[in-house]
Amino acid sequence: MVSKRSEFLNGIKSILPILLGVLPFGLIYGVSARGAGLPIIAAQAMSFIVFAGSAQFVTVQLISAGVPVGIIILTACLLNLRHALYSASLAPYVKHLPRRWKMLLAYVLTDEAYAVTITHYRQSNDVDAQSAYANDAQEATAPRHWYFLGTGLTLWTVWQISTAVGILLGANVPASWSLDFTLPLTFIALVIPTLKTRAEWIAAATAGVVAVLAAGLPLNLGLLVATLTGMAIGLGLEVKAGA
Amino acid sequence: MTLWLMLFVIGAVTYAIRLSCIGLLGQRDMPALLLKALRFVPIAVLPAIILPELFLRNNALALSLQNPRWMAGLLAGFVAWRTRNVLLTIAVGMVALWVLEFLLGR
Repeated sequence: MVSKRSEFLNGIKSILPILLGVLPFGLIYGVSARGAGLPIIAAQAMSFIVFAGSAQFVTVQLISAGVPVGIIILTACLLNLRHALYSASLAPYVKHLPRRWKMLLAYVLTDEAYAVTITHYRQSNDVDAQSAYANDAQEATAPRHWYFLGTGLTLWTVWQISTAVGILLGANVPASWSLDFTLPLTFIALVIPTLKTRAEWIAAATAGVVAVLAAGLPLNLGLLVATLTGMAIGLGLEVKAGA
Repeated sequence: MTLWLMLFVIGAVTYAIRLSCIGLLGQRDMPALLLKALRFVPIAVLPAIILPELFLRNNALALSLQNPRWMAGLLAGFVAWRTRNVLLTIAVGMVALWVLEFLLGR
């Protein structure tokens, strides 16, 4: 029987390597948020309130580009829709937990915490299936949610600290360093490794080209038009390839 | 004030999305097509932000050698494709931009 303490510590341990990537990311967010003219408190509050790296980067980018508030909200929320996938995938493993646990775990559900936690849940499920003690009662009492909490809280803490340090450093970076360019570069670094199938490459290229062509649309609607076009093309190609 | 309102709305919606399936009492599976569509969101949103940043200046196409951003961006894209390394991509892109800006006399 695994203890809460060991699950929690294992959760922390398993997210440590990922933190090496998160830490500079938080620093860059902080620096660019200040570069975009966000007040210090608001820039840090976003790390508390939204707690989603890519949505925070996108919001900062769109604020600095002078995009209307409604479009920024729509774009950031659209980007975070992928968390619904994570939520759906983790739901069966946490369904026995009390409501306050679910509310806490939902707050720390990020890309990174999801990746580590779902792997743990799936592996321990396999182990349970092989053990003589496998039954529903054990599933309900195994404190695996402490592992989830360990990964989530560790990531949360490191994110808050690294963005805060970035924000403090950002106040001293001169504009001539062109650090605003770290934002598109960050997006390039995030999206290109995720492109694997032909449908994904075409979806990405379509969205990019449409965004350039539609840049003149009022209210920066070009961004949404481009996103939806790219998604539709990608989905269409994938469904056709799968059929 | 608008800024704060915006942050709270984005935060609330993000939290609602994360809680969605976890918080529901009866778990119902999401339609397969919706799941597939969601996977394409970041794949489409990010290039739609990146390309205008690289290729547009003041809402006009800037494909000339006077615009260092698309060249630095293209190089960074190549590095991201070959290495999948986030930090290396950002570092190469920034250094390329600085070198190009220096060469252009800025």
